[in-house]
Amino acid sequence: MRTQVLLWGAQRASAALLALCVLVHLATLVYAVQGGLSAAEILARTRGNLAWLAFYTVFVLAVSVHAPIGLRAVLGEWLGWRGRSCDAAVGLFAIVLCALGLRAVMAVFA
Amino acid sequence: MSRRVALVHRVSGIALALFLPAHFWVLGQGLAMDGFLKWTEQPLVKAAEWGLVVLLAAHLGGGLRVLALEFLPWRDWHKSLAAGAAALALGAGLAFALAL
Amino acid sequence: MSTLRVRVRRGDAFEEFDVPRRESQTVLDVVTHIQRHLDPTLAYRYACRVGMCGSCAMTVNGAPRWTCRTHVDQVAQGDRLEIGPLRNLPVIRDLVTDMREFFDKWARAQGRFRGRSRRADDFARVAPASAARRLADAGIECIGCGVCYAACDVVAQNPAYLGPAALNRAWTLLNDARDAAQGERLRAVAGDAGCQACHTHLSCTERCPKAISPTAGIAGLKRATLAAALRGEL
Repeated sequence: MRTQVLLWGAQRASAALLALCVLVHLATLVYAVQGGLSAAEILARTRGNLAWLAFYTVFVLAVSVHAPIGLRAVLGEWLGWRGRSCDAAVGLFAIVLCALGLRAVMAVFA
Repeated sequence: MSRRVALVHRVSGIALALFLPAHFWVLGQGLAMDGFLKWTEQPLVKAAEWGLVVLLAAHLGGGLRVLALEFLPWRDWHKSLAAGAAALALGAGLAFALAL
Repeated sequence: MSTLRVRVRRGDAFEEFDVPRRESQTVLDVVTHIQRHLDPTLAYRYACRVGMCGSCAMTVNGAPRWTCRTHVDQVAQGDRLEIGPLRNLPVIRDLVTDMREFFDKWARAQGRFRGRSRRADDFARVAPASAARRLADAGIECIGCGVCYAACDVVAQNPAYLGPAALNRAWTLLNDARDAAQGERLRAVAGDAGCQACHTHLSCTERCPKAISPTAGIAGLKRATLAAALRGEL
């Protein structure tokens, strides 16, 4: 019960954080797309940039909290899948998302 | 109107949740990205990118609406937030399309 | 005089009736005409027929409404009308639904007042203009008609969900300064079957014939349960 309420709270908190992250990300995308950059060019700008590293790490962590909790609701309501097995699957998705995301952040910004 | 915005919000969320692992995996390839970036030059991929931006903007718009409804003290005009969310998504989609 | 083609849901099938169209006719008039002149076996509910009791709620052209307060002219599609029982409730027969689950959830949400004063105590003083009382008053006119419950998509997809009416009542009581059971109430309305399940579709708010906004109350419950959970009081 308390967990379910806290999950809801975490979802909304991460949502607020993501709203900011997404706006920054969209603006950056538009800027980058207009430039028409190659991989080497992009990486030349992003590698070693600690500010962006921190930003995208926060972004990945927030997404890893937000998306799985959202999926949990969808799985319950549209597939009728609730309970321990669903929670475990969603938790696994969170870990996978976090791992892949941090790997991507390392590849681009470290 | 709110039901439709909620449905778009949900479907866009699912689409983004499915897209993100692939997105992270590609980015994690590092310099091997070049071959992939060449592939993204194709018009079909550009269109898909535009679609993703629209999905993201739609999800963001719907999400801001939910946050407003749940955390701001209730006002009657809150019922119109659905229209606001839709407008936001369309605006972002248009901006990106023009930038392409 | 023109005729209405009325499709009435009976069990798994629809039955068609031709009903004479009259001025200022309500959907309840239509159903009553069918039962009295065309098919006496049609089962339906009504009581006051003046928009006070909520007994006549049915699904009219896809939307839950009070049939006594729905003019045919407002909802008929040309000369066609489709009438069915309220959604999300078991059907007893034809247009009559079993309301037990609706009221059971009301009770499960701690939707009843629990006072703490005794006979010898003085009257409670509740300022009508106080913030809490205004919030309670905004939702207090609910007569338990079930229209919001029928309109709710979450109820349709989550059988355990308490629903907008029960949660709205819990919210009015949460804001009642005289009530002594607030801790228990917050525990009752929290969680996946409680207020957290609401996705703010606002169907309840759109359809409520008393212009109540259960969504607003449920949002209040979300904030209150989160605060309680963070304080470790849940």
